Amino acid sequence: MSAIEIMFWFLSVLALGAGVMVVASKSPVYSILFLILTFFAISGHYILLNAQFLAVVNVIVYAGAIMVLFLFVVMLMNLNAESEPHQKNKWLLYIGGISGGSLLLVIVAALKKTVATTQLVQMNNGEVGLIKNLGIKLFTDYVFPFEISSVLFLSAMIGAVVISKKEG
Amino acid sequence: MLLSIGLPLIIEKLVLIVVVVMSSLVIAMYATFAERKVAAIMQDRRGPNRAGPFGLLQPLADGLKLFFKEEIIPNLSSKFLFILGPCLAMLTAMMTGAVIPWGDKVHFFGRDISLQIADVNIGILYVFGVVSMGVYGIMIGSWASNNKFSLMGGLRAASQIISYELAMGIALIALLMTTGTLSLKEIVQQQQEHWYSWNIIKQPLGFLIFLICAFAECNRTPFDLPEAENELIGGYHTEYSSMKLGFFLFAEYINMFLSSSVMVSLFFGGYDIPFVNDASLAESIGTNWVALIHAGVFLFKAACFLFLFMWVRWTIPRFRYDQLMNLGWKILIPLALINMLATGAFILLQQNNWHF
Repeated sequence: MSAIEIMFWFLSVLALGAGVMVVASKSPVYSILFLILTFFAISGHYILLNAQFLAVVNVIVYAGAIMVLFLFVVMLMNLNAESEPHQKNKWLLYIGGISGGSLLLVIVAALKKTVATTQLVQMNNGEVGLIKNLGIKLFTDYVFPFEISSVLFLSAMIGAVVISKKEG
Repeated sequence: MLLSIGLPLIIEKLVLIVVVVMSSLVIAMYATFAERKVAAIMQDRRGPNRAGPFGLLQPLADGLKLFFKEEIIPNLSSKFLFILGPCLAMLTAMMTGAVIPWGDKVHFFGRDISLQIADVNIGILYVFGVVSMGVYGIMIGSWASNNKFSLMGGLRAASQIISYELAMGIALIALLMTTGTLSLKEIVQQQQEHWYSWNIIKQPLGFLIFLICAFAECNRTPFDLPEAENELIGGYHTEYSSMKLGFFLFAEYINMFLSSSVMVSLFFGGYDIPFVNDASLAESIGTNWVALIHAGVFLFKAACFLFLFMWVRWTIPRFRYDQLMNLGWKILIPLALINMLATGAFILLQQNNWHF
């Protein structure tokens, strides 16, 4: 097994294990910490794919900024298992389980037929993930979706300001 | 290739890592001593002068005292997170040093060894990633203390760091527009030509914003609200004792040193010796000696910034919290945005040969 394969398996196990722990851990603070660990493992995967920019932006934006805000809210509200309202409706649990399971089944069945399974991922020799090539791609081939997403962000920002103004 | 590396490279990098980590620890240690001396001079006192000649062994004595104190872990806290907090603070403080070019290169055993641990092409973004991680040490530690004042300190630190990160990032975008690269090594090399090719000349406003934000990111006065003693009895490290407290305090000094280093590399030419042509100097006295002088010049510049940090601490009073937020969101961010737009317009005009 080459070094890259070892790292791939290590990061995959880390990402999936931490992902399971996000759901399984009792305290929401631990859940968030495991979620941060998951983001780091995914950033590691990006680095294996030679997408350094994506990796570091994932760390800055998701692990660095958004998760801090999550942690903020959870710490301030002091949420834990005792204060959580108990889920009484057993039927809701079954229905959720069945519908989630069938969605998984459909996705797996659909993915089995696609060509994506035979196409190998470019490990660490694709150049498009480097920041220079990524910038050129974003501002030539993908300029329209790029600008549209910026409009989306702007409207979300204005929306947040409007909502917070109403209260005061 | 990513992982096809030979043994000599591994040894070379390991030695470099050990040297960088040790020297930043020692510098941070003596920064605590320098802080007390500077404070003493500003207040017309003598400062620590008992341990060793001129009190030079004082930092060792301080460290020893902290190690011998009793470790207290609060009963009702989560023990793992309580220990993780200071560890994370220390770890993130040390990690920035990996991308800073401390000198050009040295020539040993027939190999050119670059005096930079990792020359990644996203260097400055890596620094940002590490800075944004820095807040976790404080937040986790403060929450695990199970104390209201600690939590308030931690939340203050988090909101302060997030707010000032934005202005810092936008100020940096303007700088990156002029340099056209994210690699710290290339940014430093671009500034080698003349003394007026230093980025401080091209981006004075950007530097000012970056400096203010660096003060806020390091939790230094006038932005030391997370540990404001008279409101929060010590802030996020209220419940900490012994070396775990030491780690929190020490991380602040390492942060100060490394943010000084980042500012030196970004705005003040890095290891560039002003008014000296490095290439001809290298021919006359050899590469290794030039590298030594380079590292010395770099450390001197960083020491000047460290002195600025201390000078400000003992001169300027603390902000009120709403003043801090107003400065961050209502003054620095618009100013950084204007700086960015002006820089962009200038570069566009320049590329268009000054025609609209």
